Parts: sequence; structure tokens; C-alpha cells
Amino acid sequence: MTRIKQTLQPRTLILAAIVVGVLLPFVPLLLWSVSFRWLYPSVLPESLSLRAWQYVFSPRAEVLSALGYSTLVALLVTALSILIGLPAGRALGLYKFRGKTAVRFLILAPTIVPTLAAAMGIHVLFIRYGLVDNVLGVVLVHLIPVLPYVVLILSGVFANYNPDFEAQAQTLGASAWQRFRHVTLPTIFPALMVAGLFAFIISWSQYILTLLIGGGQVVTLPVLLFSFVSSGDNAITAALSLVFIAPALLFLLATARYLSGNQASLGGFGKL
Amino acid sequence: MPTRLRPYLLLAPTLAVILLLFGGGVLLALMQSVGYLPFLGRTEITLDAYRAILQQAAFSQSFFLTLWVALASTAVSTLLALVCALALRRPFRGHRLITFIFQLNIPIPHLVGAVGILFLFSQSGFLARLANLAGLISQPADFPAIVFDPWAIGIILEYVWKTTCFTGLILLATLQGVGNDLETAAQNLGANRWQRFRYVTLPLLTPSMVSASVLVFAFTFGAFEVPLVLGQRFPSMLPVLAYRSYVDIDLNARPEAMAMNVIITLLIGVLIFLSTCASRTKRCAVNGER
Repeated sequence: MTRIKQTLQPRTLILAAIVVGVLLPFVPLLLWSVSFRWLYPSVLPESLSLRAWQYVFSPRAEVLSALGYSTLVALLVTALSILIGLPAGRALGLYKFRGKTAVRFLILAPTIVPTLAAAMGIHVLFIRYGLVDNVLGVVLVHLIPVLPYVVLILSGVFANYNPDFEAQAQTLGASAWQRFRHVTLPTIFPALMVAGLFAFIISWSQYILTLLIGGGQVVTLPVLLFSFVSSGDNAITAALSLVFIAPALLFLLATARYLSGNQASLGGFGKL
Repeated sequence: MPTRLRPYLLLAPTLAVILLLFGGGVLLALMQSVGYLPFLGRTEITLDAYRAILQQAAFSQSFFLTLWVALASTAVSTLLALVCALALRRPFRGHRLITFIFQLNIPIPHLVGAVGILFLFSQSGFLARLANLAGLISQPADFPAIVFDPWAIGIILEYVWKTTCFTGLILLATLQGVGNDLETAAQNLGANRWQRFRYVTLPLLTPSMVSASVLVFAFTFGAFEVPLVLGQRFPSMLPVLAYRSYVDIDLNARPEAMAMNVIITLLIGVLIFLSTCASRTKRCAVNGER
């Protein structure tokens, strides 16, 4: 009796709805990616084939080059954003200074104001300085949406950071590099990983900024995916979508424990 | 290095990038919207672009469609997020697994979410086939038009799918941060379930809910990919209209595209300002009562 009562609790229904609601859009994606013929009204594909997957991984297709571009751009953006954002995160987390609220607001502004508006505005300058149709320009424009998140996550770790350990290491004769390598880095490493993965995923997901600045020359995975969406080849669109989300899933496996719980990096957004 | 200058020096690279690329971009959009386009040989300052778009039916239709999508997505996803966060709050059997599933679509790109919704809700899509199997419809045209539809239901569904989890995780983090003590105290004082929710839990969650809603509204108002996949061609959502005007071969359309960008930016800016003011006043009022 208690068991029946338990399963009929409203919470059980909500939990079931969460599972179905989150997972449902992935079902047709998986099915389409292995379907050969799948006409209405069949609920399951009439015949299966690995055509789409073979296409995606065939060396002649544009997919490998798109994967290469996406990876190159995302890795460069990740490295650059951490290099630039780490000192800023330290400043915002550790120091009290004049104009801190304004600086914080300015750095977070690109997370709220649509970056496409800014990118369309700056496009003329990118054209003038030869930053369109190439990887460098795309990397630079990706920094706009990526950098605020990197700084936000890193400022969080520095808010609970004790710089006295660095001073002690200095007293013991450690050089600046040694202090960073053996004191700072081990402490901030988990946050650095989360920030890096955020940076990678945000860059990896960009479509319109890449299209605008890359000018159809830097064909990353989302740019290629979109051309298949418009062409209406559902099987290849589905397979490509699944390739496109693969790093996102790896990202989640690596950082799930940081996303919720007391040390949630997303919790910071609640205090914006 | 003087200590007082240190934070500014540490911030310099980030501020340079944000000011140059983002600030410069917004400023250049503003200048181009008032007709200052020296690279096209035009330097006369004029409000013609604003006048032109405000007279276009296409602009006002796009504007109201975008407003509707942003408001509906924000309202529905915030409400659902509240329900989910409350359901996921306390541990139960399978808690870890369901929380993991709840986080699953956070890193999924919107483009893929849009493709999933398209395959699911189009008139010959997966759900239409299930409805046919259940004997509810006989042909694709019987299934309600949910994608490429005038009410942009498909776009809203994608935004709700993605942002419910985003807001939900923020609320979950807030709930875990404040703990159960206040609710237990209220219970000991004789508050029933509804009273505990209404007078303890909800006020604790309100600041996070407001922040998350503002982020969701701003994002859905300015986003591009999802309307491109799931929206009808006319009227299109505002960012899509702005982009189409920008890449139009008619160079007169360019100041109009920039004017739309400025309007989008201004509207979001005003909203952020209002919500910051509102939460400040509220916080002051609460502190004052104490």
C-alpha cells in the first residue's frame, strides 16, 4: 500500500516528466542517424543503414576538415581566454578596489547583451584589418562570449583563495614561476578545468559569429551542420548533430559534480 | 609593482579585449545606425534608419513576435524550473541519475536542440507518427503546426527545453546554499506546507529567479540560431531580420540593421537596469523591515 502511494506521489510524476522531457529530443536524432528509409507514418525506421555515419567519418567529406577547424578554434580560444582571464579573475576575487562594481558589470555585459549586435558593428574594422575569412578573426570574435564566463568562474575560486601561502613560498625562496606552479596552480586547478571546458564548449557551439567573421571560409562543424539542416538530409543532419554534441557530453561527465551542489559554478549566476 | 595599481594591471588584458571588441562593436553599431558609414563615403548624421524601420510593418511584427517568444519562454521555463528544483531538492532513490539527466542539455548547443525539436514536432515528425499510431491523426496535416508556425511555438519549446534546466540548476544551487533550517523553524511554529512554501522558500528563491529570468529573457530576445531552424520566414524574429538586413545587397539596409541592433541592445539594457533597481529596492525594503 505504501509503495503504491509512493509511486503516485506528484514528485514521482515530475521526475518522470523531467527524464522524458530532457531525453525525448535525442530519440529521433539517434533513430534518424541510422535510418535508411523512414517514411511517415512508421514510428521506427523501415530499414537501417550506416550511410550517414560512413559519410561523417569518410576522409573525403568536409566533416573532418570542419572537425579540425572547430577543434583548432576552440583550443585557441580556450588557451587565450584563460591566459587573459586568469589575472582578471584573481583581481576580481582577491582585491577590493575603486570601480570594482563597474568593472564587474562591464565584463559580464557580453553575457546579456547579444554578441551578434556587437559583432555586426565591429565587422567593418575586422574587414579593414584583414581579420575576416580566417581563423584568427574567428578566434578573436569568439573571445567576446567566452571571456566573461572564464573570468566569472575564476573570480569565484579566487574569492575563497588565501594568498598567504604564496607569500610563505616567497619567504622560502620560491621564484614567481615556482610559486605559481606549486602553490597557485594546484589550488585553482579544478576551477581552471571548469573554466577551460566552458570556454571550449561556448566556442565550439558558436554558429552566427563564425559565419559572419569566417565569411564561409572557416567552415566549423555548426556551419556545416546548418547547411545540412537546410538541405533536408535528415540522416546526415542527425549523425552530424550527434558528433557535434560529443564534446559537450564529455564535458558534462567531467564537470557534473561542479555544476550542482554547494560549490556550484552556476550558482554564481544567481547572484548576478 | 605598487599594490594599489595591481588589480587594475591584472584586469587590463580582459578589459582591453571587452572594451575593444564588445564596447567597440556596440559603439560602431550605434554610429552606423545614425548613418555614419565613412567606409561607404557617408558621414552625415541622420535618424533616417530609425524612422524607416519604425514605419515598416515587418519590423513591428518582428518586434512583437520576438517579445512574445522571449516573454513566453521566460515565464514557462522559470515556472517549470521552480517545480523541478523543488522536486530534485531532497535526496531519493536515483537522485544522482535524475540530477545528471537534468544537467544533460546544459552544454548541448541550441542548434542541436533545434534540430531535435524539428524532428520531434514537425507535421511528419516523431510525435506525429506516435499520434498516428494512437489513432489520433490520419495524415501529417492533421498534426498541429508547431514548427514554422505564426506563434513560434517550436522556438519557445526549444528555449523552454534548454533554459528550464539552466534556471533549475541555479535554483537548486540556491536551495542547497540556504539549507532547511528556516523551513524547519517555520514548521515548528505551525506553518503548513503551503505557508512554508509561500512565506519561506519562495522569498528565498526570488532573487535567483529574477536573475535567471533576466538572463533567459535577454538570451531569447537576442538569439539567432533557433529561429533560423524553427521559425517561419515571415515575420522573422528580430535578430534574424537584423542579420538579413545586414547581409542585404542594398547598402541602405545596413544602417537599418544597425538600428535594429541598437534597439535590441537598448531594450535589454533597460530591462537589466529595471531588474537591478527592483531587486535593490526590494532588498532595502526587507532590510528596513528588520
